[in-house]
Amino acid sequence: MNPFIHELIAHYNQWITIFLMVSGLYIVIAKDNMVKKLVGLSLFQTSVYLLYISPGKILGGTPPIMDPKFSVYSNPLPHVLILTAIVVGVATLALGLALVVRINEAYGTIEEDEIFARGEEE
Amino acid sequence: MKMDLILRITTKLLIPFMLLFALYVQFHGDYGPGGGFQAGVITAAMVILYALIFGLKAAQRVVPVSVVQFMVPLGVLVYTGVGVYTMFKGGEFLNYNLLGHDRVHAQEWGILLVEIGVYITVSGTMTAIFYMFAGRGR
Amino acid sequence: MEALINMVLLTLLAIVTIGVIRMKNLFAVVILSGIYSFLMASVFIVLDAVDVAMTEASVGAGISTVLLLGTLYLTKSEETEPLHKPYVALFLAAVTAGALIYGTLGLPPFGAPDAPIHLHVANRYIENWKEETGVPNVVTSVLASYRGFDTLGETAVIFTAGIGVLLLLKGRKSPGAETPDMQAEAVAARAAAREAEAEADAEDNLS
Repeated sequence: MNPFIHELIAHYNQWITIFLMVSGLYIVIAKDNMVKKLVGLSLFQTSVYLLYISPGKILGGTPPIMDPKFSVYSNPLPHVLILTAIVVGVATLALGLALVVRINEAYGTIEEDEIFARGEEE
Repeated sequence: MKMDLILRITTKLLIPFMLLFALYVQFHGDYGPGGGFQAGVITAAMVILYALIFGLKAAQRVVPVSVVQFMVPLGVLVYTGVGVYTMFKGGEFLNYNLLGHDRVHAQEWGILLVEIGVYITVSGTMTAIFYMFAGRGR
Repeated sequence: MEALINMVLLTLLAIVTIGVIRMKNLFAVVILSGIYSFLMASVFIVLDAVDVAMTEASVGAGISTVLLLGTLYLTKSEETEPLHKPYVALFLAAVTAGALIYGTLGLPPFGAPDAPIHLHVANRYIENWKEETGVPNVVTSVLASYRGFDTLGETAVIFTAGIGVLLLLKGRKSPGAETPDMQAEAVAARAAAREAEAEADAEDNLS
């Protein structure tokens, strides 16, 4: 097999994870809208979930719920770590959105550049 | 949304099953996928669905704000309470083996109690956050 | 077969992400992020993480979407064009991606049973479940028993975030907040900033 295709199949999960990660990074840096920034932040977060779950998979394995019919199980440890991370992620997202709502009430806008412009004016 | 007959009746039919599914996920978490986090979120989703269709006021009559806010710290207290109880029994913090007469039973008791703590906090927090966002008004 | 389904779902994820970056209407962005979460949950099922898939579907696609829509209802649903060109961000993202992809070349291939991650503590959980906890779902037993301290800390984080949201949003709005005047002021300030930028550019070009 062509060595590039071999590498592609072996590392496709990681490459997509990296793409999602830098997309989140790009949104957080480049966009001024705060809701969009938070969506970007959660894209970044979700890519980290994928980063943890992918290496835990064993091809031909089953979910780690014990049963005498199976012998090969995927690694349960990343699942535990990410399970808690997801719920913490939504809690922090809610906190960020609450801040956005308050900023909108104080400044009348959720665009970062408009807020900075008002700050310079005063 | 007051006049939408189909949505209102379907919601009324769905809600008991959503609660039942949440409880199934909670108590069957030892044998299948699920646990306190998922069950808490499903319960919160049930309250959110009710609020979306029947209005926030109706939802807050069924699940009052004060109860939800009480649940937020209660779950953490249940969790730490299990840990402190095992300390009083003479072991370490969260050493479940002291909760029953043999190891497997004790572990199952510990996991059950701790998951109930997680369930209370997660469902309470998610519902409280939704109430805050929905009640803010324009 | 597993690997193929996995690759297709991951490609769809990448496409949805491009949509999220390019869309200007925030409602569309929120709905796309819900689709993203459902796709991610499907990927988790293929990767044998059933508990995680269930959580991601209910939290990511359910609660997050509701909260984002609630925020849009309280604020605005259209994104304006940023003042600055995104070249710096694009450059940073490209450099980060390049460095990370170079790093992946040394990692074990996808799905290999002899990767270092599988040779460590996970085997103990899988082999001793019967004597040590008696709970067949290893994820639950690790979550609540072996790593009970982690879960306690994380419950405390949720509690803290809940208290934070209650502190920020409970009670009445301060009077005079978010009047049409203020929005007009914001737009005017933005226009002024744009003009200043254009002038600065023109001066740069002259000199």
